[in-house]
Amino acid sequence: MSVTAPPEHLDAHGRAESPPERPPARARSRAARSPRRRRTLEVLLAYGLLLPSLLVFAVFVFYPLVRQIYLSFFLTPPFPGEPKHYAGLSQIQQVLTSHDFLNSLWVTVLFVLYTVPAGLVLGLLLAVLAHQQLRGIRFFRTVFSSTVATSVAVASVIFFTLLNPQIGLFSYWFGRTGQLSVLDDPRLALLAVSVVTVWQNLGLAFIVMSAGLQAVPDDLLEASRVDGAGPWTRLRHVILPMLSPTLFFAIVVGSILSLEAFGQIDILTSGGPLQHTNVLVYAIYDQVFNQNNQGRAAVMTVALFLITLVFTLIQIRLLERRVTYER
Amino acid sequence: MGRVALTRVTKRFGEVTAVSDITLEVEDQEFLVLLGPSGCGKSTVLRLIAGLESPTDGSIEIGDRVVNGVEPKERDVAMVFQSYALYPQMTARRNIEFPLKNQRTPKLERARRVEEVAETLELTEVLDRRPAQMSGGQRQRVALARAIVRRPEAFLMDEPLSNLDAKLRTQTRTELIELQRRLATTVVYVTHDQVEGMTMGHRVAVMENGVIQQVGAPTEIYDHPANLFVAGFIGNPPMNVLTGLPTSEDGRLAIETPGGGIPLTAPQQDAVRRSGATQVAVGVRPEHIRLDEDGPLRASVAVIEALGYENHVVCRLEDGQQVIVRLRAEVAAPREGDKVHLGAEPRRLHLFDATTGARIGT
Ligand SMILES: Nc1ncnc2c1ncn2[C@@H]1O[C@H](COP(=O)(O)OP(=O)(O)OP(=O)(O)O)[C@@H](O)[C@H]1O
Ligand SMILES: [Mg+2]
Repeated sequence: MSVTAPPEHLDAHGRAESPPERPPARARSRAARSPRRRRTLEVLLAYGLLLPSLLVFAVFVFYPLVRQIYLSFFLTPPFPGEPKHYAGLSQIQQVLTSHDFLNSLWVTVLFVLYTVPAGLVLGLLLAVLAHQQLRGIRFFRTVFSSTVATSVAVASVIFFTLLNPQIGLFSYWFGRTGQLSVLDDPRLALLAVSVVTVWQNLGLAFIVMSAGLQAVPDDLLEASRVDGAGPWTRLRHVILPMLSPTLFFAIVVGSILSLEAFGQIDILTSGGPLQHTNVLVYAIYDQVFNQNNQGRAAVMTVALFLITLVFTLIQIRLLERRVTYER
Repeated sequence: MGRVALTRVTKRFGEVTAVSDITLEVEDQEFLVLLGPSGCGKSTVLRLIAGLESPTDGSIEIGDRVVNGVEPKERDVAMVFQSYALYPQMTARRNIEFPLKNQRTPKLERARRVEEVAETLELTEVLDRRPAQMSGGQRQRVALARAIVRRPEAFLMDEPLSNLDAKLRTQTRTELIELQRRLATTVVYVTHDQVEGMTMGHRVAVMENGVIQQVGAPTEIYDHPANLFVAGFIGNPPMNVLTGLPTSEDGRLAIETPGGGIPLTAPQQDAVRRSGATQVAVGVRPEHIRLDEDGPLRASVAVIEALGYENHVVCRLEDGQQVIVRLRAEVAAPREGDKVHLGAEPRRLHLFDATTGARIGT
């Protein structure tokens, strides 16, 4: 265009009338440039602020993770100072198909199955009980949630004493005084460890379930009472559907907790009797600290990592689009 | 028989007395409105009838039996909540049939009754939708359907229209009235909206502070408010109330207010004398005040609110107190700033003891 007509918003003398919805041209172009620069600065700032935690993660998480994956390709001799041998996939294949690994995997699955559903149901039960408007219910709420204040070690020691075949109260109740300890009985050891775990996690389960119950609107519960629903119908058709996000959350988090369980097994059974409580975490520990076989341990670690990762991904998905119902 | 009766019912929550010594009888097939400001205990009364709360004192009857201590589900009442309280994961159909399922109604019968109610309330199209997929009005009707489908002795409704927009509310109000007349069931209806109170109920019970102030037909309550609270609460714009001393002149009693002395009829004078009230509150509805050269009150016009079909002339007395005059649109309104005189027919005056609030005379 050779001849430029005066822009519409200039009057006959070339002065800008500048209608309010259109800022003057120069201001506009500056405004267009500066947000981009500001964005760049913001991004740099963001990374700067993230740097400390990135460093911590790198040192304590990312490096060990990469190192484990790397190690799982090497045969590591049990004596310090000896060179590692690259073994490629052969060690991985050998470990993953070994009887010990498969046993540990199976024990781990059993352990999750024993602990997660039971913890869920008991936690829900206590939460429903504590949700009643009864005199002195606060006391019970405190009691029900009290196990969060104990550590796995404390819980294990308590139960170790209770199950002691000579002096244990439980042994006495179940008429097993003087007999083989439950913890040494291949049929019962895993169950016993599971009971301790459920007990120890009960406080947390109770709190999570209680929080879920709080979110069930009172008028829904009241409506169902007027609509003739008994306690069971109310639980089944009103409370549980509203609680489903909480239940999913509890299942996933509970599973991860059980996959990572170590302390109670170490204290109560050390993986025995006859490997019957030798969950993956304990087997890994055993490989590193008793067998001095870091290569095998690395393979199992990576396997456990992948299993836990699946649960974590499920959890992230759930948190992103929580299974909630609009009212 | 859908009679509901409360006898000397009190409900306390710790220190708070939500309902205080209430006696109320709702007749079979009656539409009774519990009307009162927020926090006066309306919902509590309803919840006591439903069995969601148990009374601290007194007895509650539904039909012919005393239901104190009877579980809500055994009371054969249905409740519509302000929030509708629909089960979010259930479709409209399953919401509506939920009470029937709990009664173990056979499946075919259940389906038939749901269809029937859905048709009555024009819900057939949305039967397979969940509450989140419905409009506010549809949700409200599903809540209603869930109550109707059981054919209970009585319906309890707690502000069921308050979540609807103004237009839908008016429409639904009419539909609810029709529905109640058609089903011929007892309804106890809680609202703080006086228009709903006046238009829907056979009778209205006005509550304040946990106490029933007056029970009566809407016109009775409007024309003969039992006390200052009812007088002020019912009516829009509200009743004008001027307080003054009863003063005698030549043996004739008048109420001396800041705007001037208000003369009384002979029976009114008698009543005031007999009541022994030291301060008298004189109430006049805005539509009963006239702009009158010879009127006893001097005032100036502050604002004219033109509503199209009528004008509200807001006047101020000398001491700044406000008096509203309702004028039909055809009547020439004064201009803002004009000095006017106000008067009313003596029989239109409501007299109250200003200290106790109680009505003086008839
Ligand atoms: N569960 C409760 N615990 C303690 N106080 C309560 C409880 N329920 C109601 N109250 C009190 O009782 C009084 C009456 O409450 P209610 O819900 O009956 O009022 P309302 O007339 O329905 O009011 P609104 O119009 O706001 O719904 C209020 O002061 C309220 O704070
Ligand atoms: Mg209420």
